Amino acid sequence: MNNKINIKNLNFYYGEKQALKNVNLIVREKEITALIGPSGCGKTTFLRCLNRMHDLYPGNRYEGEIILDGRNILEKGLDLIKLRSKVGMVFQKPTPFPMSIYENIAFGLKLLGFKKKKEITERVEKALKDSALWDEIKDRMGEHALSLSGGQQQRLCIARAVAVEPEVILMDEPCSALDPVATAKIEDLMTDLKKNYTVVIVTHNMQQAARVSEYTGFFMMGEVIEFDYTQKIFTAPSNKLTEDYITGRFG
Amino acid sequence: MAFFERHKADKIGDAVFRGVSYFFAVLVVVLMLFIFAVLFKESLPSIRKFGLKFLTSAAWDPVQLEFGALPAIYGTIVSSIIAIVIAVPISLGIAIFLTEMAPKGLRGPIGTAIELLASIPSIIYGMWGLFVFAPFLSDHIEPWIIDHLGFIPIFNGAPLGIGMLPAGFILSIMIIPFISSVSREIFQMVPPIMKESGYGVGATKWEVIRKVVIPYTRSGLMGAVILGLGRALGETMAVTFVIGNSHEISKALLDPATSISATLANEFTEAVDPVYLSSLVELGLILFVITFIVLVFSKLLIGGFSYKGGRP
Repeated sequence: MNNKINIKNLNFYYGEKQALKNVNLIVREKEITALIGPSGCGKTTFLRCLNRMHDLYPGNRYEGEIILDGRNILEKGLDLIKLRSKVGMVFQKPTPFPMSIYENIAFGLKLLGFKKKKEITERVEKALKDSALWDEIKDRMGEHALSLSGGQQQRLCIARAVAVEPEVILMDEPCSALDPVATAKIEDLMTDLKKNYTVVIVTHNMQQAARVSEYTGFFMMGEVIEFDYTQKIFTAPSNKLTEDYITGRFG
Repeated sequence: MAFFERHKADKIGDAVFRGVSYFFAVLVVVLMLFIFAVLFKESLPSIRKFGLKFLTSAAWDPVQLEFGALPAIYGTIVSSIIAIVIAVPISLGIAIFLTEMAPKGLRGPIGTAIELLASIPSIIYGMWGLFVFAPFLSDHIEPWIIDHLGFIPIFNGAPLGIGMLPAGFILSIMIIPFISSVSREIFQMVPPIMKESGYGVGATKWEVIRKVVIPYTRSGLMGAVILGLGRALGETMAVTFVIGNSHEISKALLDPATSISATLANEFTEAVDPVYLSSLVELGLILFVITFIVLVFSKLLIGGFSYKGGRP
């Protein structure tokens, strides 16, 4: 399995405050990598480095390297628009845009320069099928996206991310606002997505990490404490802190 | 036992508190009804004499005691519309700049400066309009408008510097602080992850603002605009200074006109005949009703501004 993203000595600062300390991690291609750890440990901060979402806010600073397909995405002058269409993102809460279901997915395609109606429609349909939403909503494409249930909205957001055919999909606690049934659907979906995409997921739910991911990184206080096969992390962690966390002794 | 006694005392205190709150809340409504009733009662002579024709007649003849509200209604509405047309794009620009683009150090000072604009008394705007702005318009802007846009009837007229268009300009300056500070607050309500989702699929700042932020806040922005409109409709002193106070309806926006509040301010002291006075009061009643409708409409829109998405 190839290395998709190679993170080397990454430090990140919110202004003066250092949030990530010397992070080294490898994200494998077409696998799910889970990031776990107590609240405020830096896992979401780390995830948001991967598409440079931090650049939207002033005063944030990176050090080190994030090599995506051989290129350091932290270098100056990088086209962030291109980076973000290559590295898609799904958020803690569903964030459908205030428009129809169809338009939500066509949004990114139009930004990418797709003009022909037929081509857009085909891609919208494909994205909805890939996100296991097509059967539920194929007759409701013109309806407002807010008419969907929370779980459907989140799958719509995944479809929206998938539609522009990124290579990496970042998920920041995608199920934290969903009920168990909707969560199960999203987890199934992640397993499907793995065939075509590299997925990095931040989760508070350790069972979820254990169920879906191949690799797991355990974060604490802005540092990677342990990074290994998920199975190993959950059955035979090599670090005492990891063991304490997964057995529920703190966090 | 002590426990129960304390509980009882609390209950009485609560009831008194509730009664007092209710009283003041209801008082507001009662006051408004009283104002309406008094306006209505005082306009009765005029209503009896002119009936519905008052709304459609353009006559304004204090000597013959013939009165019609049309020029004043027309002036009120048109000057307000001009103000809205000018103020809305500028205010949205300001609000977008302050929420999305301005560096942190600039947000505070510019925001405060705009709110200070709202605290300048309107008579100062009127004086500035008459002594500074009107001569400037008359010398530089209006001749240009007449030369270049004069073929459109509304951009014709006398370059006096006072009239419908100058009144609209002044009003727009007065409502910009309202619309921009309300829309700034509305823009701040857009959850960051909503915008981040836009950036996340590769949108530029402009695309996020135009396709995510503005549609997301649309009804709230409408409310902000109508709030500004309500303010423009009732504005008196500044308009009285620059609108020209002419009871003629002219197609040309550069010509002098009048508005309801300007008519009231100018003529109340001269109105000696009961019918004259009553006609002025009826104008006030009409303004009251127009403003009321506009405000109710804006409340409905702002109330309707609630995002149902992203629910847990």
